[in-house]
Amino acid sequence: MAVEMKDGKKILVTPIATEDLTNIHIGDIVYLTGDITTCRDVAHRRVVEEGKELPVDVRNAAILHAGPIIRSLGDEKYEIVSVGPTTSMRMEKFEYEFVEATGVRVIVGKGGMKENTERACKDFGTIHCVFPAGNAVVAAVEVEDVVEAQWKDLGMPETLWHCHVKEFGPLIVSIDTYGRNYFEEKKIEYNQKKDEQIEIISKQVGFIK
Amino acid sequence: MSNQAQLKKMIDIMARFVNFTAKKLPDDVIAKLQELSCKEDSQMAKIIYDTMFRNQKLALELNRPSCQDTGVLQFWVKCGTRFPLIDKLEELLKEAVVRATVTAPLRHNSVETFDEYNTGKNTGKGTPTIWWDIIPYSDKCEIYTYMAGGGCTLPGNATVLMPGEGYEGIVKFVLDRMTTYGLNACPPLLVGVGVGTSVEVAALNSKKALMRPVGSHNDNENAAKMEKLLEDGINAIGIGPQGMGGRYSVMGVNIENTARHPSAIGVAVNVGCWSHRRGHIVFDKDLSFIVDTHTGFEYQNEN
Repeated sequence: MAVEMKDGKKILVTPIATEDLTNIHIGDIVYLTGDITTCRDVAHRRVVEEGKELPVDVRNAAILHAGPIIRSLGDEKYEIVSVGPTTSMRMEKFEYEFVEATGVRVIVGKGGMKENTERACKDFGTIHCVFPAGNAVVAAVEVEDVVEAQWKDLGMPETLWHCHVKEFGPLIVSIDTYGRNYFEEKKIEYNQKKDEQIEIISKQVGFIK
Repeated sequence: MSNQAQLKKMIDIMARFVNFTAKKLPDDVIAKLQELSCKEDSQMAKIIYDTMFRNQKLALELNRPSCQDTGVLQFWVKCGTRFPLIDKLEELLKEAVVRATVTAPLRHNSVETFDEYNTGKNTGKGTPTIWWDIIPYSDKCEIYTYMAGGGCTLPGNATVLMPGEGYEGIVKFVLDRMTTYGLNACPPLLVGVGVGTSVEVAALNSKKALMRPVGSHNDNENAAKMEKLLEDGINAIGIGPQGMGGRYSVMGVNIENTARHPSAIGVAVNVGCWSHRRGHIVFDKDLSFIVDTHTGFEYQNEN
């Protein structure tokens, strides 16, 4: 059972199977309990362009597009001081092959992604979610434990920080396993309204006569 | 107080104030976010606002920067020519940033260009950024502090329009930016618009616009009208918190303007994210100071 309901919250618990996500759609709000690993630009590049194996097994678990502030407690123990999502679009170029290679089930980041990730979500039964940005302390206190750190040669922001989280969220589903894309659908609506507004406002600002 | 003691004191006050502004938002921003959250009716928008308020509460309780991107520090100073530390001001602000970087702690956000390495101190060639206004005969020093994060720096844009494009061209220039880069800049945004002749004048005006309080208006009647039209127009697009949809998109639109060459309309747009970490502190010649942006900043002289 990888989907639990608690106090009206829908909580995904790793390991998560594709079938667990069939009733989850864009715009839904979920939370995550279990394994999530920070993974961003260079880690994606290593997996996709260099064909390296990700040293943390993220199959049926989650990745987080983020670069945290970490405090070392010594003896390979760490504490997350602050962690917030970074722009997911930077990973768009790599995400289809990354999902194919790693079997990751939930991708968490900031803002939307595009066709590559839509195809990955549809083909491999994965979802992309948004953690509301600017809420670094909320995210940090929802991390229970830093389990391991891999690829430390990449420096603090790019290291793979494998974390155990409890009810990590809110996570807003932006791409579902059907390949629907919340931001892309919203953008059509926003652009229509924007054109209407430009017309309305332009009629009232003829200050040069 | 000797000049040396004054210098030490002002560095200490500024380091603590910068540290503080990473953890608590200005009062006008908090009030506006609360107002906007009450006006949203979708569950998603409400949950996003609840998360923001919980985050700000935790940041204060745990004494941590509320957003992991503490930006590159920018200061706009209006310094009297008779302010005793005028000669030392740049040096002391730099030192205050270095100190706050350790004590807050602030993220290391100053990368030397071309050499492409992070200095690890939030200072570098030209950083923190300091803009000067010199005030003749005054012995006071007024300092605006701002943490410019990456997300809300990206939408920044400036251009020079032909007069034929008119103020209508400004409207299109600003709104086009909102539905592209604006979505990812952590709305609800404070939008700063600068109008003048050339790009750097417009750009600086747009930054100064972001230092004005939320809900303030331009003194010029037409400019104030345009602020309101743009605010209502961007809200009507329905961008909502985090760009995910809602009834309101912005905390406000502030326009700052200067006269223009007849052949050019310089325009710039600059945005502040919901976590708009701006501060304003005014010193007199004895270093007594007033903070009018924030309640809760308490300073006790360490000496």
